[in-house]
Amino acid sequence: MKKLLLVLLSLLCVLSLAGCGNSNGNSGNEGGNGGSEEGAATVTVKLGCSGPLSGDAKVYGEAVRNAAQIAVDEINASGSEIKFDFFMEDDQADPEKAVAAYSTLYDKGMQVSLFTVTSGAGAAVAANYDEDKIFAITPSGSATSLVYTDDKNFAGNFQMCFTDPNQGVAAADYMATHFADKKIAIIYKSDDVYSSGVYEKFVAEAAAKNLNVVYKDGAFTSDSATDFATQLTAAQSAGADLVFLPIYYQPASTILKQANDMGYAPTFFGVDGMDGILTLEGFDTSLAEGLYLLTPFAADAQDDLTKNFVSTYESKFGETPNQFAADAYDCVYAIHQALRDAGVNADYNFDNLYNDIVAQFNSMTFNGLTGENMTWAENGEVSKAPKAVVITNGVYVSAD
Amino acid sequence: MKNFMNNLFGKKNRGRTFSFLMVIAVYIFVEVLTHSFRVSRLFTSLLVPTCCYIVLGLSLNLVVGFSGELSLGHAGFMAVGAFSAVVVSGLTSSIIANDIIRLIISIIAGSIISGLFGLIISVPVLKLSGDYLAIVTLAFGQIIKSIINNIYLGYDANGMQFSFVTNTLNLENGKMLLSGPMGATDTAKISNFTSGSILILITLFILYSLINSKYGRAIMAARDNRIAAESIGINVSKTKTLAFVTSAVLAGASGALYALNYSTLQPAKFDFNTSILVLVYVVFGGLGNINGTIIATTILYILPELLRSLQDYRMLIYAIVLIVVMQMTNSSKLKQFVESIRNKFFKKGEKA
Repeated sequence: MKKLLLVLLSLLCVLSLAGCGNSNGNSGNEGGNGGSEEGAATVTVKLGCSGPLSGDAKVYGEAVRNAAQIAVDEINASGSEIKFDFFMEDDQADPEKAVAAYSTLYDKGMQVSLFTVTSGAGAAVAANYDEDKIFAITPSGSATSLVYTDDKNFAGNFQMCFTDPNQGVAAADYMATHFADKKIAIIYKSDDVYSSGVYEKFVAEAAAKNLNVVYKDGAFTSDSATDFATQLTAAQSAGADLVFLPIYYQPASTILKQANDMGYAPTFFGVDGMDGILTLEGFDTSLAEGLYLLTPFAADAQDDLTKNFVSTYESKFGETPNQFAADAYDCVYAIHQALRDAGVNADYNFDNLYNDIVAQFNSMTFNGLTGENMTWAENGEVSKAPKAVVITNGVYVSAD
Repeated sequence: MKNFMNNLFGKKNRGRTFSFLMVIAVYIFVEVLTHSFRVSRLFTSLLVPTCCYIVLGLSLNLVVGFSGELSLGHAGFMAVGAFSAVVVSGLTSSIIANDIIRLIISIIAGSIISGLFGLIISVPVLKLSGDYLAIVTLAFGQIIKSIINNIYLGYDANGMQFSFVTNTLNLENGKMLLSGPMGATDTAKISNFTSGSILILITLFILYSLINSKYGRAIMAARDNRIAAESIGINVSKTKTLAFVTSAVLAGASGALYALNYSTLQPAKFDFNTSILVLVYVVFGGLGNINGTIIATTILYILPELLRSLQDYRMLIYAIVLIVVMQMTNSSKLKQFVESIRNKFFKKGEKA
């Protein structure tokens, strides 16, 4: 009986702890809303989002949550008539959990959404957003199936980041102009939608651009994501001096480590999934020196918008924001701009919200952290210029 | 009449009657609830997956609980059923307009194909003794996932096209059914809670019929003592194969129902973790305990969603609940306590 009591007591402790954490989170929100009292009539729009807050991909989910919270707090503290009530649900980057997370957001009365953080989860709920006529723009879900399918265009689903195919094309373009004489090897994750999406388009584009691809069979799967000796040895013996890694940063960190151990030092080149490698726990960042990655956001940019955002983020969360954070920040401001231009105010009839905001996104031009003069196509894809950065002394530096 | 009542509520059949009544009662309760009140979207979105995991848990219980073999790749059978159903449903969508008929055909197709895989695996392996089935099913789950990850299948006016590993399909206004790691996209969502509940009832019927038959007794005899069972003329490998193939068929049906409840489906979903998750449901509910499996699956599947309001702490609490319950069901003192209460009530009931 004593044991049982002990177990119950410890459970109670944990529960009360959980309660504490919860109330802290809420008080933060209320603080943001407090600003609304002073202005004239304001209107609060409920902004939902789902993303991985636990599990393998939680770095992305947390970056999006932090940055969106900063943007929401800034807007709520400003004189804007439109205030946001922002809430985020955990989907563990799993399609099945994403449906449950979407349902929870729906139950909470979400009016506009930051969609999902990851692609797989987003594809599972893309049709739900379309059916329920809730506007959604994803900061980082890059698969095309989030915004359209073979026979259907989800009119209210938009993307802030590049689609996978576009990233493959952009990477090949960049290499054609900067690394035309390099011998290229590719290591990619064949069971991942994101990675194989970029890979397929890159291979096709590289052939069209006459890039010298010497090794392109470096496929691995989630079950073999711990040992890359085979692929690296094959790349080395093929004489590759540039290794293209269209993968997320966790396996990439292992590749960098193992390449270093075997004394193989080509130029590594990643796309936006590589973003986050510098904040990975237990990773020796000196291994990432000289790593190129394609990302629309460089934290060292000198414009005021970037400087403000980076300093706020650093002071609040103690780390340099990555591209996911920047995209999420832009999403919130883009939604704010669309709402404002659609004439949303205290007397606004919210039945028209979906059509009005979609019309705005199809016609507006947006300037943000991740690009100037962004526009959106009918199918929801964004059009903006990609930037390449290179890691120098542990920070991103624009590479041109 | 007395005979009939005894048949339903007698000591032997009490569990069976309780299973059916419980499922029907829950079904009626939920239907009334969803039709007469505004229930939350979260609640309705969890109904079908819960049904799928219950069927999968029951099918795994047949192997682990009744047949005494360990299967570590049940998600593999679910995947076979799921993707077969998606393909069948996609191909027949223009021919059969009725969703219910298409759903039934897809589920039957999914379970037959999954059963075939179960047969192929079990025939050679169950002839061996020891833990070979666990090893082979573990590999099977991984292999199936990898194979589906590399299949590209689509159709257009000229017919079906197929390619393996790299996508070489050239469709003219066609539709991709399976596209490698992206799996199936844009599937018509035709599963619903009614079909899920009926599938559970059919599963229960199959399980109880099997267990209470001559074959079922042979299966359990072979589990308890292989040598003794062989000595009285039971063909052990044949009975174990029967249990395993039945289980694979049911797992396939569960996968089919699951697949047709989501607009997208990726092979990566059916990994080792899913197999273990279902094994946890079965162990949690009690090996060979059918009602236990149903209740445990429902609770364990819904619990993480109910704990959403706890945010960061929910998975921690989920783990603690798991450990506490596993510990408590194992403590002999608690068992005695429950047993004494049970004796008090049921002995009285039987006398009256």
